[in-house]
Amino acid sequence: MTSYEPIAQIHRLRRSRATRAKTALKKAPFSAWFGILVIIGYVIVAVFAHWIAPYGETQVFSEAFAPWSQQFKLGTDQLGRDMLTRLIYGARNTIGIAVATTLLSFAVGVSLGLLAALYRGWLDQILSRAVDVLMSIPSLIFALVLLSIFGSSITSLIIIIALLDSTRVFRLARAVGLNVAVMEYVEVARLRGEGPKWIIAKEILPNVMPPLVAEFGLRFCFVFLTIAALSFLGVGIQPPTADWGSMVRENATLITYGDVTPLLPAGAIALLTVSVNFVVDWFLHATSGLRDEK
Amino acid sequence: MKNSAPGLREKGKDLLQIRNLHVEGFSDERWHPIVRGVDLALKRGEVLGLIGESGAGKSTIGLAAMGYAKPGCRITQGSILFDGIDLLALSETGRRRLRGSRIAYVAQSAAASFNPAHRLLDQTVETVVAHGIASREKANRSAVDLYRRLQLPDPETIGFRYPHQVSGGQLQRAMTAMAMACRPDLIVFDEPTTALDVTTQVEVLASIRNIVEEFNTAAIYVTHDLAVVAQMADRIMVLRHGLTVEEADTRQMLASPSQEYTKTLWAVRKLAKPEVPADDYLLTIDKVTAAYGRAVQVLQDVSIKVPRGRTVAVVGESGSGKSTLARVVTGLLPPLSGSISFAGQALSKTLKTRPKEILRRIQMIYQMPDNALNPRQTVEEVIARPLEFYLGLKGAQRDRRIGELMHMVEMSETYLDRLPAELSGGQKQRVCIARALAADPELIICDEITSALDQIVQEEILKLLMRLQRELGMSYIFITHDIATVRAIADEIVVMHQGKVVEQGLKSEILTPPHAPYTERLLSSVPEMDPDWLTRLLASRRM
Repeated sequence: MTSYEPIAQIHRLRRSRATRAKTALKKAPFSAWFGILVIIGYVIVAVFAHWIAPYGETQVFSEAFAPWSQQFKLGTDQLGRDMLTRLIYGARNTIGIAVATTLLSFAVGVSLGLLAALYRGWLDQILSRAVDVLMSIPSLIFALVLLSIFGSSITSLIIIIALLDSTRVFRLARAVGLNVAVMEYVEVARLRGEGPKWIIAKEILPNVMPPLVAEFGLRFCFVFLTIAALSFLGVGIQPPTADWGSMVRENATLITYGDVTPLLPAGAIALLTVSVNFVVDWFLHATSGLRDEK
Repeated sequence: MKNSAPGLREKGKDLLQIRNLHVEGFSDERWHPIVRGVDLALKRGEVLGLIGESGAGKSTIGLAAMGYAKPGCRITQGSILFDGIDLLALSETGRRRLRGSRIAYVAQSAAASFNPAHRLLDQTVETVVAHGIASREKANRSAVDLYRRLQLPDPETIGFRYPHQVSGGQLQRAMTAMAMACRPDLIVFDEPTTALDVTTQVEVLASIRNIVEEFNTAAIYVTHDLAVVAQMADRIMVLRHGLTVEEADTRQMLASPSQEYTKTLWAVRKLAKPEVPADDYLLTIDKVTAAYGRAVQVLQDVSIKVPRGRTVAVVGESGSGKSTLARVVTGLLPPLSGSISFAGQALSKTLKTRPKEILRRIQMIYQMPDNALNPRQTVEEVIARPLEFYLGLKGAQRDRRIGELMHMVEMSETYLDRLPAELSGGQKQRVCIARALAADPELIICDEITSALDQIVQEEILKLLMRLQRELGMSYIFITHDIATVRAIADEIVVMHQGKVVEQGLKSEILTPPHAPYTERLLSSVPEMDPDWLTRLLASRRM
């Protein structure tokens, strides 16, 4: 064996994924830490709602619109249900549906977008024009129409919002996928005779992950807001299931009497979206490869 | 116009003095040394060639001569005196005032350095106008004059074109005009011809040399091509790992390099392989015509035979259809007419209709290993896939074969868990070779696989390929524009020009005169290690 080519620097072993994540976390700014803690808090509340909440989700008490007291920490709503309990269960329902919807929209959008990027030609034309048509209709109004046709069950809610949202994901995935699909390692895989499943999953997807993960965070916020908006309009999550959007609507009258209770679910939505955006910003900055000039 | 050989020109006073320069670069959360104490002095009107393999720090020194460090780099020690001004003590504003007006820079890729949205003329005069040296009309007139001196076609009107409307060589000359626009005292050329064909390179080299002489501009010429630097520089400085290895006058350096490392650099160009005539043909391309879309025919009636266990070098400048030929053979581009037969059987035209077994037997290696390796896959994953895909190897069998392949390409198994970004250029190309070998192919198409590499690494890769051919007996189609590479590896040569085969035959037949006119031009454009070569060539062409 002949000698290896000279290299100026000393060889360095690749660090494992865990240690890399640890160093990244250590360097994370305060805003990212704040976001991560808030999200973890929300997730804990959502998962353990059953044990945390003082009462049952749909348990009705005799007094409606009760003020804050020892018994009802945040008072009761228009039917006499405990607000704190509803708020806690609302986290589970609203976040759960938002996560499911975002995942579904990404599964559809990314796979179709990368297929279009890989094959181009007529497949790309058909998919892209279909997406253009869907995007040309204002999505909130379109969602209202579809929901009134198919009824506002949770499944149809998830599917309809996911479908409308996947158009944006499709566009992004196609755009970033196009840049990778022309790389020679994709050509190598094609020449090897690999099928589209391998090429998309192993060759393209790992290289377009950063923008897609960033988009996932943003999309999640939008889905969240869409669900809250639809619930506020009365076609979203149906009573008696607790969710933050309808909680705002149902108790909105209280504001007239100087009671801030209906603002709490609204604040919960705001805090979560801001936190998610903090984390996404940090992620974008960390993966963009941009260095601050010094 | 005088055309003296370098080294004979009159030199002036000291212009640039760099002492004990240290530059560090930041990566993996640490500062690494890039330049580790280099001294450099340059007189007015003198051309200094910086030469070395990649990572030697030559470009970094070139930029430091302008008082500039790339983002992520910092100058930690040393002094840079330009015409008595200490660049490092100067404020950023002060340095900016010097850059462009008194020190200019010509980058490797002119295409990436021009703004595609503006006309050439506007970009040429931009610095002049911005520094307030001349009015726009005056600057425009002098730009046209520069275009003429740089022998650009239609100097009056070429400035009104956009960057994509001129060729690569013309763009590189336009960039030189841009650097010259303020009549700077010093120009830093960073590999200005590396990305060009040999035939274009000669023109650009001649233009640059003329204009530098005419205005008596001092220049730092960064390159890894020895023959090029021999034409351009008065003095040569050899760098390695951020340190000066040797510095001497061009003629002295070429005649008698004193350091061991310099001698190995000099030896690279002398690789040659005895040709072996063919006895059996593996691949026959018969009257193939191919086109992108319906507009331009890129290949016209191309017929080539590739013998078994031998190397066919396909040479020609860019746009001659060499790479398209590779795409036709691999099935990526179905030919319009003609036929290809492989090992006695007709090869179907499209990739989709070829059976896996045929795909396995034809493998391809690319020019840029950076693009040909998935940045998210480790070396092991890259090599393992063809083993699993074609041969169905698993577990211990697979691991043993991976070890064998790594051994074949002379790499240690400790590299298996590296990502491509953690390998050097030569190592990446070795991994690509190992991936091709994993399929156990009979034909490997090498598309300019050494042109992105340093000369020493090139030599290693070529030797590796020749050894593998001796041991495993595959055929190579070796696409290249470098005649030194052809001498080193080929048995037969195919010369292509504008989509047609100009000449083909055994290496000795093609390389010994008389040549076909195009072959003659191609061969004479290859720079030689003789400092008078360019002068002689230009004189002979002008006749």
